[in-house]
Amino acid sequence: MIHAVAYIGARTLKFISELGHITVFGFRLCVAAVTPPLRGGLLLDEIYKLGVLSLMIICISGLTVGMVLGLQGYNTLVRFGAEESLGAVVALSLIREFGPVMTALLLTGRAGSATTAEIGTMVATEQLDGLRMMSVDPIDYVVKPKALMMLLVTPLLSALFIVFGIFGGYLIGVAMMGGDSGTFIASMENSVDFVNDVAGSFLKAGLFGVLIGLVATYRGYSCEPTSAGVSAATTSTVVTTSVSILIFDYFITALWGV
Amino acid sequence: MRRELRRDFLVGLFVLAGLGCIAYLSFSVGGISNEGGTGLSLYATFDQVAGLKTRAPVEIAGVKVGQVTGIRLNDEYRARVDIEVDGSLELPFDSSAAIVTAGLLGDKYITLELGAESEYLQSGEEIAYTESAIVLERLVGKFLYNVESDEK
Repeated sequence: MIHAVAYIGARTLKFISELGHITVFGFRLCVAAVTPPLRGGLLLDEIYKLGVLSLMIICISGLTVGMVLGLQGYNTLVRFGAEESLGAVVALSLIREFGPVMTALLLTGRAGSATTAEIGTMVATEQLDGLRMMSVDPIDYVVKPKALMMLLVTPLLSALFIVFGIFGGYLIGVAMMGGDSGTFIASMENSVDFVNDVAGSFLKAGLFGVLIGLVATYRGYSCEPTSAGVSAATTSTVVTTSVSILIFDYFITALWGV
Repeated sequence: MRRELRRDFLVGLFVLAGLGCIAYLSFSVGGISNEGGTGLSLYATFDQVAGLKTRAPVEIAGVKVGQVTGIRLNDEYRARVDIEVDGSLELPFDSSAAIVTAGLLGDKYITLELGAESEYLQSGEEIAYTESAIVLERLVGKFLYNVESDEK
């Protein structure tokens, strides 16, 4: 009994101290982000690794998610004789939910884990200590480009995901089910609003980008300097980020209605 | 050097594609109107707009020529609807605007009937003749009431 309570206490303390560490880490990252040298070459490298290499998975997933939405939406809407609003259903669900959330989840698995593993290996092989010895701040040199570019890349990939998804829905609704192409596009354009839907979607994607960037780099930076430590940190990145994306998603939607 | 060029090229391509998608979603799908001022801004006052929304199409003879830009209550508690139509249109000033429904339960939109006068509406002017939206429930209610009074 005492042990059980003590276990809960220990976990709570660990959680709170973790939260404190990540806040301090995030604060140092923000300070580093506004301190000059920006190191364009490193930033480009990161866009390439995080963004360009994730393109394939994002586009294919977007297309298939859009096609599934088209199919499911069509089959459901037909029951109510409302299949002309398929464009609105596909576009709104992609823009408001699937685009940012699926992109963030895929990006966590594709790029977040790699980021943690990369920084974690640097910790394990004492490369960060080497940087510190040369009085180079590892947060500025290693962490900053990764976190910043994650923030940039997530909305871009989310936009690509949505456009591919709409194309997928269009393929199903128009090419396969024989719906009218003009109706599909008109119902989409009449129901999607810029401020409420599109801007909110990118706000969401940006927030998820910050979340992935922060958690992935923090887990790598604070990992145990052993191979087991790197693997635990990578796992923890995927789990923590995925769960917090879904939780944040609910609260962003509930509080701001996007 | 060649490797770096390839990387830069791919990154550039990726960023451009992403920005292109954002622009498409914002302008075409999301419909940010570019306030060029080329359109003809008019307004009309209705007793009942019942479900008309901003960005609903404005049509002449079934062809979309503009959209609703704003709906608000005026001083006399009637609905003032701002619309913007293609600037090249010459609408006689006795034209009328009606709120109609696409299908039985479809979206509301505005249709313009052209008048016969030789003077044309200028930007910022009011379309004086309007026909309000029909509220289906009221119509059904009226019908039922009439049926009941007939039976007596």
